[in-house]
Amino acid sequence: MSITEILFWGLSALALFSAVMVVASKSPVYSILYLIVVFFAISGHYILLNAQFLAIVNIIVYAGAIMVLFLFVVMLMNLNAESEPKKHRMLQFAGLISGGCLFLVLIAAISDTAQASNMVQMGSGDNGLIKNLGMVLFKDYVLPFEISSVLFLSAMIGAVVIGKKERS
Amino acid sequence: MEIKWYIGLAVALFCTGIVGVLTRRNSIIIFMCIELMLNAVNLLLVAFSKMHAASAVVQANPNVVSDAQIFVFFIMVVAAAEVSVGLAIIVMLYRNTHSVDVNFLNRLKN
Repeated sequence: MSITEILFWGLSALALFSAVMVVASKSPVYSILYLIVVFFAISGHYILLNAQFLAIVNIIVYAGAIMVLFLFVVMLMNLNAESEPKKHRMLQFAGLISGGCLFLVLIAAISDTAQASNMVQMGSGDNGLIKNLGMVLFKDYVLPFEISSVLFLSAMIGAVVIGKKERS
Repeated sequence: MEIKWYIGLAVALFCTGIVGVLTRRNSIIIFMCIELMLNAVNLLLVAFSKMHAASAVVQANPNVVSDAQIFVFFIMVVAAAEVSVGLAIIVMLYRNTHSVDVNFLNRLKN
């Protein structure tokens, strides 16, 4: 087994374990910390695939910005395991069964395809480097890039308007 | 690695997110499970782009591989905007009902 395969399986096991713990842990703060571990594992996968720009952006945007925002909100609300609303046992079981059914159906549908054993290029290829992605982003995708700034502006204004205390 | 292992990993992460959305009632955790599903799809997009980078068809036009990674970048942009608005809605919900239970939201009026 090569070092790439060992890293792949290790990162996959870490991502899956942490994803299960996100769903299973009682306290929201632990869920957020496990979700950060998932994001770091996925960034490791991006580095294995030689998509370094996406790996760094994933860490900065997701683990750095979004999860800190979640952590702030949870700590502002002072949520803990005792105040955690619980679903009925049967409903939880039904959710688990339906998620498992979706998993089985997707895996069964994909396992028969002829392309399933195509090889993925790992550790080589310079398409994921910031030089090439920057050229493509600012040449072919300038308009979506500018529109996304308008999206951010509207999201910012929306968040401020929604979060503002109503004067009564 | 073969593409099937990446598909399996992404499907498993996505289904974990689905199970989380279906079984939890805390709206913050439901929101986090949606982020988990977005990340599973991102990983699959990058894996497919690198699969096509190895195939002979794309060798003539290497920009196709970059396109998928630009898509992932835009998904991250949209996710960041979505999170800011969504968390503002959850904070407003908590301020009005003093709970983050989604079952309080089963009717839009009152």
